[in-house]
Amino acid sequence: MPALAVARFERRLCRRNPVLGGGRKERAVRRATTVGRGAKPPAECDEVPLRGATLRGVVGTLLEVRNLQTHFATRGGVVRAVDGVSWDVREGETVALVGESGCGKSVSALSIMRLVAAPAGRIVGGQILFKGRDLLRLGEEEMRRVRGREIGMVFQEPMTSLNPVLNIGRQLTEGLEIHLKLSPADARRRAEELLAMVGISDPGRRLRQYPHQFSGGMRQRMMIAMALACNPSLVLADEPTTALDVTIQAQILELMKDLSRRLGVAMLIITHNLGVVARYADRVNVMYAGRIVERATAREVYGRPRHPYTLGLLRSVPRLDEPRRARLTPIEGQPPDLTRLPPGCAFAPRCAFCVERCTREAPPLAEVDAGGHVSACWEAARLERVGEPVR
Amino acid sequence: MSPSAEVPVATAGVSRVPAGDALLQVRHLVKHFTVGGGLFGGTPGVVRAVDDVSFAIRRGETLGLVGESGCGKTTTGRCILQLERPTSGQVIFEGRDLTGLDQVALRPVRRRMQVIFQDPYSSLNPRMTVGQILAEPIAVHRLITNAARRRERVHDLLQRVGLLPQHADRYPHQLSGGQRQRVGIARALAVEPALIICDEPVSALDVSIQAQIINLLEDLQAELHLTYLFIAHDLAVVRHISDRVAVMYLGKIVEIADRRELYENPLHPYTQALLAAVPIPDPALEASRPRPVLGGEVPSPLNPPSGCVFHPRCPIAVDRCRGEIPPLREITPGHWAACLLA
Ligand SMILES: Nc1ncnc2c1ncn2[C@@H]1O[C@H](COP(=O)(O)OP(=O)(O)OP(=O)(O)O)[C@@H](O)[C@H]1O
Ligand SMILES: Nc1ncnc2c1ncn2[C@@H]1O[C@H](COP(=O)(O)OP(=O)(O)O)[C@@H](O)[C@H]1O
Ligand code: SF4
Ligand code: SF4
Ligand SMILES: [Mg+2]
Ligand SMILES: [Mg+2]
Repeated sequence: MPALAVARFERRLCRRNPVLGGGRKERAVRRATTVGRGAKPPAECDEVPLRGATLRGVVGTLLEVRNLQTHFATRGGVVRAVDGVSWDVREGETVALVGESGCGKSVSALSIMRLVAAPAGRIVGGQILFKGRDLLRLGEEEMRRVRGREIGMVFQEPMTSLNPVLNIGRQLTEGLEIHLKLSPADARRRAEELLAMVGISDPGRRLRQYPHQFSGGMRQRMMIAMALACNPSLVLADEPTTALDVTIQAQILELMKDLSRRLGVAMLIITHNLGVVARYADRVNVMYAGRIVERATAREVYGRPRHPYTLGLLRSVPRLDEPRRARLTPIEGQPPDLTRLPPGCAFAPRCAFCVERCTREAPPLAEVDAGGHVSACWEAARLERVGEPVR
Repeated sequence: MSPSAEVPVATAGVSRVPAGDALLQVRHLVKHFTVGGGLFGGTPGVVRAVDDVSFAIRRGETLGLVGESGCGKTTTGRCILQLERPTSGQVIFEGRDLTGLDQVALRPVRRRMQVIFQDPYSSLNPRMTVGQILAEPIAVHRLITNAARRRERVHDLLQRVGLLPQHADRYPHQLSGGQRQRVGIARALAVEPALIICDEPVSALDVSIQAQIINLLEDLQAELHLTYLFIAHDLAVVRHISDRVAVMYLGKIVEIADRRELYENPLHPYTQALLAAVPIPDPALEASRPRPVLGGEVPSPLNPPSGCVFHPRCPIAVDRCRGEIPPLREITPGHWAACLLA
């Protein structure tokens, strides 16, 4: 392992605390210490944080999106795909962005990478602070470096983001040669390691194959290997398992979670699957019609939702851990057309809690309790009184 | 074998049900596709998409069919509909074996058996209005010949599926995904079928809309005494809607039982693995839940493993599993599983 960056990668692996590889219980304990703003760092510190010298409870913010607005000009009018959205990801943390299709999740991720399709799509406002630098102010050259090295990306359809005419090996080594300045031989060795790391056996032979010779699950592993190739500190995963079967989905998510823990990589998971979020996210942002409507730790969001949309989503899915209900409780109506958002709360036409004010004034995202739980709802206080709402 | 005979033992799950109670009986259904050996060379191979599948569906019942991508669910549905001609086996619907019937003889049968597809976008003709889409099958099957009465019927159908009369003049692209799926359902209902094959009817829809469509399907079943074959990969949705559930793996049914029995007491290791893999929307519960991950991937149906097709991934496989094909056996009354160790 010659190159400096590769050595860094190794070092990080070596500094692995035995606790991290340990059983579920230890991991749960460790996780509990990483969650939530109020969470204190562990008292005795055999919890060696993997990245940087800071403790998990007090680690810095890695990515901060401030009032991001991304619009598309279409024949039907301006689509406010992302309409003034703020959220952040701390070092090593897994954050989820959930919501129905078309609510602006993918456009949020593409905005961070500055890959929004111009000229129709434009980031019209806001800041994207990554390690303190505003990505929106970087030159194209610098931005390419961020994309290749510092922020990795995994998409829903690996086939569309892999090059069908380049073999797997070349697609992996290209980035390593460009960004890490590895020699072709070193890049090849590193590529083999990466494939092995994501659980692809016989990596030497696999590197000579083409994407179409891989199954869906293997392609997704390959995408993860590519995303992690240059030791990024953040991976954006947009519906990484939506196209996969449930047993393969479980394999891929476990792999991602395991790698993110071992390598200390922060993750933004974009999904519409509430189960996936519950299993893997530390904090959750719920998005509706281009805005964040609720944010809290995963346990808070699921246990005590404070926005009617979140509550509706949770109630509408049948669950295997509960007795079968005679009837499902859907959210009536449909998501709004983003070119014609209603003047007040965008959820008002579907909301069971709607009051007169809701159709006039858009509710701001406001704190509902001290633990960093925020909700954009005029009636959030009433939701608290709904009591154990989900069951 | 005459169609009226006792349902054979292999017709899992209804062995003690008189054949007359079954609306549909599928017996030893096999569908092989020949692939390769054409333009691009390669050795020709046989894809065993459906490999000796037997089950029955009672009138008014919903049978859920679950399994991972490529295991043969859609092919089974298409063979039942005779959109795909089975390689062998029988499909006995309302007492008649459909596999021998020609297109003319099948026409009246097609009216009694309809399908709802996963993709409401591609299954509707983009150049027809919703009203035309719904009126067409009524006219084709000469159910209502008077145009004005047909329009009435279209409005009645729209109302039944929760749409408005003015939707009749819209084109599919002017509707949302959920609304398009409602049109797909209305089109299936237009010809007054007895059986509807629902092939992943909610998979392409948002969660909040899925619940609307599932409720609609349940209401329609109760009102119109419909029978459903409900194909899906979402195990929670299948549990909600089904009376009985069949689990498929690599062209075979590996387990079939009453809903409750299957989910509370799964006998086949594959069913157990599927259930364990489903993440539950409750972080507290997830943190404490064991998470055994099934390794490997579904093998190619071009070259299925010997013996039990699940043995390369099975966590409890023994030597015997490599050589012996486990038959689908009735382990407890009404609960069938194809595992040597069950
Ligand atoms: N016309 C065909 N020619 C060759 N192979 C086919 C054909 N149709 C289906 N197959 C193969 O048969 C197997 C079963 O396919 P089928 O579409 O029934 O799967 P499925 O269970 O419905 O999967 P999914 O969940 O992805 O819809 C697959 O391996 C598929 O590739
Ligand atoms: N290239 C584009 N041109 C016009 N509108 C777009 C484009 N990409 C996305 N949109 C619109 O932006 C909104 C948000 O899309 P997206 O972020 O992809 O949703 P999702 O939350 O499903 O990922 C949608 O209304 C979508 O139609
Ligand atoms: S602000 Fe009003 S309409 Fe919007 S979610 Fe809250 S109660 Fe419902
Ligand atoms: S027969 Fe053997 S390999 Fe197949 S499921 Fe049973 S134990 Fe596993
Ligand atoms: Mg998306
Ligand atoms: Mg299918």
